[in-house]
Amino acid sequence: MFAIKRLNAWLGLAFISVVSGSALAAGQPINMTPGVTDISAEVYDMHMIAFWLCVVIAIIVFGVMFYSIFAHRKSRGVTPATFHESTTIEAIWTIIPFVVLIALSIPATKTLIDMYDTSDYDMTVKITGYQWLWHYEYVEDGVDFHSKLHTPNSQINNDEEKGENYLLEVDNELVLPVGKKVRFLITSNDVIHAWWVPDLAVKKDAVPGFINEAWARANEPGIYRGQCAELCGRHHGFMPVVVRVVPEAEYKQWVVENAKPESATEYAAISE
Amino acid sequence: MSTVAAGDHHDHPESPYSIKRWLFTTNHKDIGTLYLWFAFIMFLIGGVMALVIRTELFQPGLQFVDPQFFNSMTTMHAIMMIFGVVMPAFTGLANWLIPMMIGAPDMALPRMNNWSFWILPFAFAMMLSTLFMDGGGPAGGWTLYPPLTLQTGDALPFVILSMHFMGLSSIMGAINVVATVLNMRAPGMTLMKMPLFVWTWLITAYLLIAVMPVLAGGITMLLTDKYFGTSFFNAAGGGDPVMFQHIFWFFGHPEVYILILPSFGVVSSIIPTFARKPLFGYASMVYATGAIAFLSFIVWAHHMFTVGMPLAGELFFMFATMLIAVPTGVKIFNWIATMWRGAMTFETPMLFALGFIVMFSIGGFSGLMLALAPVDFQYHDTYFVVAHFHYVLVPGSIFAIIAAVYYWLPKWCGNMYSEGLGKTHFWLSTIFVNLTFFPMHFVGLAGMPRRIPDYALQFSDYNMMATIGAFGFGLSQLLFLVLVIKAIRSGNKATSQVWEDAEGLEWTLPSPAPYHSFSTPPAIK
Amino acid sequence: MSEKTSKTTRGAAKLALAAVFMFSFGYLLVPLYDVFCDLTGLRFTDEEAVALTPQELQEDSSRLVTIQFDVSMNQGMSWQVKPEMREMKVHPGRVYTTFYSARNKTVDEMVGQAVPSVAPIAANKYLVKTECFCFDNQTIAAGETVNMPLSFMLNPRLPPNVNLVTLSYTFFDITKNVSTANQLDSALAYK
Repeated sequence: MFAIKRLNAWLGLAFISVVSGSALAAGQPINMTPGVTDISAEVYDMHMIAFWLCVVIAIIVFGVMFYSIFAHRKSRGVTPATFHESTTIEAIWTIIPFVVLIALSIPATKTLIDMYDTSDYDMTVKITGYQWLWHYEYVEDGVDFHSKLHTPNSQINNDEEKGENYLLEVDNELVLPVGKKVRFLITSNDVIHAWWVPDLAVKKDAVPGFINEAWARANEPGIYRGQCAELCGRHHGFMPVVVRVVPEAEYKQWVVENAKPESATEYAAISE
Repeated sequence: MSTVAAGDHHDHPESPYSIKRWLFTTNHKDIGTLYLWFAFIMFLIGGVMALVIRTELFQPGLQFVDPQFFNSMTTMHAIMMIFGVVMPAFTGLANWLIPMMIGAPDMALPRMNNWSFWILPFAFAMMLSTLFMDGGGPAGGWTLYPPLTLQTGDALPFVILSMHFMGLSSIMGAINVVATVLNMRAPGMTLMKMPLFVWTWLITAYLLIAVMPVLAGGITMLLTDKYFGTSFFNAAGGGDPVMFQHIFWFFGHPEVYILILPSFGVVSSIIPTFARKPLFGYASMVYATGAIAFLSFIVWAHHMFTVGMPLAGELFFMFATMLIAVPTGVKIFNWIATMWRGAMTFETPMLFALGFIVMFSIGGFSGLMLALAPVDFQYHDTYFVVAHFHYVLVPGSIFAIIAAVYYWLPKWCGNMYSEGLGKTHFWLSTIFVNLTFFPMHFVGLAGMPRRIPDYALQFSDYNMMATIGAFGFGLSQLLFLVLVIKAIRSGNKATSQVWEDAEGLEWTLPSPAPYHSFSTPPAIK
Repeated sequence: MSEKTSKTTRGAAKLALAAVFMFSFGYLLVPLYDVFCDLTGLRFTDEEAVALTPQELQEDSSRLVTIQFDVSMNQGMSWQVKPEMREMKVHPGRVYTTFYSARNKTVDEMVGQAVPSVAPIAANKYLVKTECFCFDNQTIAAGETVNMPLSFMLNPRLPPNVNLVTLSYTFFDITKNVSTANQLDSALAYK
């Protein structure tokens, strides 16, 4: 019996070390990216505010609870109180969370409204999900191509060492100019997919038969990687998204090199 | 007080080894036992599926299973655990406890009770058999979103039929609970005197009756879309695949509360006993439960923030969802106020109940974060969501069920379980459950989508950790099995009150509770 | 006791009825969803949109909105479809006509159905199609090209912050469904 008691005390300690240890384990990322757009930064801030708010509430609530567990235990010879209600206290702890929630929802509403505002865009990219790759069409610039996983099977099947960007590399990257408001039209050819790039804070479902809208304005050049985020069948885990954001001049050069002349004439724009 | 049946017929059960007894029983205690064992067996099967998933995810790369089979495992694991474990386990507890708690001799509709249990083994046998069919088992996720689900092979009609059976079973179980609670209470047992477990189950039963048929409707539409040329979810025929998601989550969100409300009832029974102090805010607990149930009907679309909804819709569902934090907070505060200035001891049921409060709250916190629609765009369909709902379901619902078993087991079988081993079980479960699910928050935030069989290298450490945790948690539950069997076979005899300060009608019965109890209604103070 | 039993049975029967009702409610959600979509402008059925008040038919020549035309092929659909023009600048309140041309490059007659979709969602119920190839399915013979007309106008009540509307069509191959339906029809007629 004594041995089991000792074991249990030891397990209690192990529990605490596991919780803290897992948080400190090797330098792999453990938090959301602040991203490279104004929106993604707002989203990150809101995430951290909500997180710290939860931490504070947790410290207060669990603090009271653990104090009670420590102080109000039978082995300390206390006599239990008999109170079992208090309208005032119950009203207070109904109202305070309510107020906190309202405070939290204000910035969330603001960011959401911004996310829905696609006006004053600079260019449009139409994204179509396929089982299991993406198709990109630059509506104004007349470029279109498929983009699919570029990681060799030998890496997936463990016959070869895995590369740095294992499963997050594609044959044709989506090239976008820095600082431009890019409007995405998202749809699907077969089942529902979701186009997600964490650094742009864009995640939108691709639904067959319908178009969805999203937008992003990347503030810094770089390569940003994401994945399909809606279960879409056998190779759902193998349809990454890679966005390469480049300076505008470089983008223009890229368009010249990749535009298909016939599609540009086919879609000659006519103003009134 | 006459608590033991005085009748001379059917007074003693047939031998527990007689198959006929279990097949034809209409006794609420027998049926409760059947439900609980069934849930445990499904827990092991669903657990093995979870371990298949975790084994594949131990390291990056495809090692053990085909991606299609992997998807089947995630789909089946969810269906097993939700419909095969948590719901039957709660129905089992309801069967055992509600009649004893309200002073009734049995459930109101005993023959239907038998039927609603015995549908389940067939339903789940059919569900499991689909794994061996052409095209494999269902692999479109337990949410069954079309068009993906319509790509399922021969398994689809069987999956849908078996889900109809599961739904039928739980609707019948729910009707029985409502009929029992409304009609079978002992004189003097007014509604506001009922233990909270009965209250939470009553509300759960209404939720079940309201939403299980909606699921049945939705999956029937899937079936007719696939085989009979309708186009409910096919845009070409004027339908909309997103409508399925609305119908599904109209069922699915109340379902979430079906899986948690009875746990609130269990915890509200256990905390006062071991704090030796009456439950704080009984009335507000009842109202909070009602409020949660009501709100559960108007928040469904927060599961679909990324699907492309109008701004007004997103805002409405965000606000409504955040509102749920209020009644849920009330419950947590009430439990802590119950402990405050009590005289606590920490037997195993109390430990599981405390573990429930802390870890369910962690799940609640991540739930609050998920409610913020613009931030949800980053969380949605990542491991952060997986961490969230496993925190509310495993150290939430499952811990509450385990706590309930420890708490009432002496009443059921007449023997005490081994307290030392029970505590070991608690600590092992708590360590491993956190080792499994806490790192999932990290990989989710760092960008790992859910339902993928292989992942990028930056997620490897925490996935390895989660896999180790999952095996530890799974193996710890075998200790629970040993403990329960040991207690049934031997162990110190339990008194009728079992716990020093337990209150409620069930504790006025001898331990083990006689096969027929309260044939004459008890007197209520 | 028997009174209690019958009360229980009646109660249970009522609950069972409630369950049956909720099953039908599942189906009732289908039309309710349409109502919900119309109210929020999520999806929009054209039949109801056409009834415009005279005020709404007043051309607002001070305002110019860009309409972007887009097209997608669903799985298994092999037509080549393109809009006559990629975009148009239009005044709200005036009816415009354009067309999409579709080519069936296969060797079989095919039936297609176009499904319209509008972005942003807020513009959905203000884009009124008075004539559209999407109102009916389209049959194109093997190797033929067809110009499919589209007449539309923007309701002048379009929210002022919307200066771009995308109208996108997804084409579905429904040849099989239509031929099954035809067979069924002729079989019934024969009887």
